[in-house]
Amino acid sequence: MNAGEESLGSVSGASGISPEGPDAPGLAPGLGTLATAGGAGGALDVSVGRIRREQLRLLLHSKAFIVGALIVLWWVVCAVFGPLLAPYGATSPNILSGNLAPSSAHWFGTNAIGEDVLSRVIVGARDILEIAPLATLLGTALGTTIGLAQGYLRGAVDMVVGRIVDAALALPTVIVAFLFVVAVGAKTITLVVVIGFVFSLIIARTVRTAVLQERELDYLAAARLRNESVLHVMFVEILPNVLGPILVEFTVRLGYAIFTIATLSFLGFGVQLPTPDWGADIANNSGLLAAGYWWETLFPALAIASLIIAINLIGDSIEAVLIQ
Amino acid sequence: MQHRKEGTELSQYASKRLGLALVTLVLLSLIIFYAGQVLPGNPGRAILGNLASQQAVAALNHKLGVDRPLLTQYWSWVSGIVRGNLGTSYQYQAPVSSFLFPALGRSLKLAAVAFVIVVPLSILGGVIAALNRGRVVDRLISTTSLSLSTVPEFVSGIVLIVVFAIVLKWLPVTASAPDGSPLFTQLRYLILPAIPLVLILFGYIARMARTGTIEALDSDYVRTATLKGLPRRVVIRRHVLRNSLLPTITVIATQTGYLIGGLFVVENLFVYPGIGRLILTAANDKDFPMLEAGVLVIGVVYLAATLVADLLYTVLNPRIRLGKAE
Repeated sequence: MNAGEESLGSVSGASGISPEGPDAPGLAPGLGTLATAGGAGGALDVSVGRIRREQLRLLLHSKAFIVGALIVLWWVVCAVFGPLLAPYGATSPNILSGNLAPSSAHWFGTNAIGEDVLSRVIVGARDILEIAPLATLLGTALGTTIGLAQGYLRGAVDMVVGRIVDAALALPTVIVAFLFVVAVGAKTITLVVVIGFVFSLIIARTVRTAVLQERELDYLAAARLRNESVLHVMFVEILPNVLGPILVEFTVRLGYAIFTIATLSFLGFGVQLPTPDWGADIANNSGLLAAGYWWETLFPALAIASLIIAINLIGDSIEAVLIQ
Repeated sequence: MQHRKEGTELSQYASKRLGLALVTLVLLSLIIFYAGQVLPGNPGRAILGNLASQQAVAALNHKLGVDRPLLTQYWSWVSGIVRGNLGTSYQYQAPVSSFLFPALGRSLKLAAVAFVIVVPLSILGGVIAALNRGRVVDRLISTTSLSLSTVPEFVSGIVLIVVFAIVLKWLPVTASAPDGSPLFTQLRYLILPAIPLVLILFGYIARMARTGTIEALDSDYVRTATLKGLPRRVVIRRHVLRNSLLPTITVIATQTGYLIGGLFVVENLFVYPGIGRLILTAANDKDFPMLEAGVLVIGVVYLAATLVADLLYTVLNPRIRLGKAE
């Protein structure tokens, strides 16, 4: 009944309820807007294809989705063609023109060593847009597998994995990621693996809840009677029916991946200098805020904010369409 | 039918929940030990750098006790913590606790300021949104607060510094008041760092308050109260709010844990000497005992907050309590 409502809580650990069973009360009923709708229900008289087409049409009519998609598209273009779009070299210092305020020559001003802030913001999109989707994909693939196994097999697997998930989620994601990155060193692959792994635990929670709802439905009983293998049931029978919540979870996690990566960079454990990076640029220049050089930190900050908000707009619209 | 056993059920649930929290705590300590003491490999080398001789590294490793078997190391770490000994800082050659607890105290002060601001504000926001369900006000509150709660604290912090400290010059740029400042001045310095935390928490608490209020508004007892002729104001105050705030209380308790995590970032932006700043400094210095103890303390605060939230919710909401009984 209340299944599916733990999903949002995990974002910041709002749900401390352990996975005791399908009826384990979500700590906060109603907290989850990521309701796991969009499953098999209602697919009886309308073909799946028609539903999908209708959902796509609704999505393209949603203003929030269009705005979000355009902003994300802009940053993707920056990430791919950054050095071609940037008016100056992003890593070409010029001591003679340091700390220049925004002007027609330098729209976003220059930083302490005379690098063009606009160019650094444009080129800085690349790293975060490489690492975040990779980490989220890894987390979604792993988390889906864990969640399917937990939800379908139940029993000891569910118990053990559930406890580990609880322990890992007893710390804010940023801190867990930070701890591991400090331990093994900040490299792109480390960031992808660490963030992907932490997210997989959160995603597993959502998938598990969605699977528990499917578990007692007739098509699974039929599959069991046909003596299908466990893997076949999990990935061929159940997976297509829980894709909705997984898609929503993917977009939500993508937003948080950017959040986490930017934060780690800001703390000095993300992408290393001199590669332009929004979080690192903020950290390196925030000391100059008191001196009034605000443009060096404000513009990268706005870039992060716009990307995260855009992804959330997309996620919210997808979710709204799936619930209808 | 279940009334007779209610007391025992509650204590059973509480002890079960406490047991689970302990299991989680042990797993958490394993994760931290693994990341802090196994993954870094060779602390002596990390501290002394690449140029140090092999003998010096081995001697330091021996002195730090990291050349012992892992199980022995874990056991001495954990048993030390149980006896109140959090370890010795590599960097300062002094007990970790003498740095950790003052820093935690300062962090809690900052967290308290954030809480005092966010709780009334977000409950008010959520209730207003619910009373105007589906209208512009509702959409505005819900969308803005959710967007804000997904932006990293240091990003909103930068915008706030630029606006309030640099352009308007209303508030100081740093978080630490000069030594010996009166309490009021200290609090004034803490307002700006608290706001990024407020922005993140606002979304969650307001959403909870909104959902709770809407559920209460749709309930039979509110319809009854309205139908028997009570003015809307009285219905809202006496029947709606009292019930809608129940789940909100627990979300607030849970968010205490989050708040500690958020401090991690905010303290580093505003150069505030709390536990977050301590952990980052320890990480940069490769001071692993300090790092591990700091992260563990955050984990314990987080677990304790979740535990209190769950128990509070169970005590306050009999439906969950009875539903839980097997």
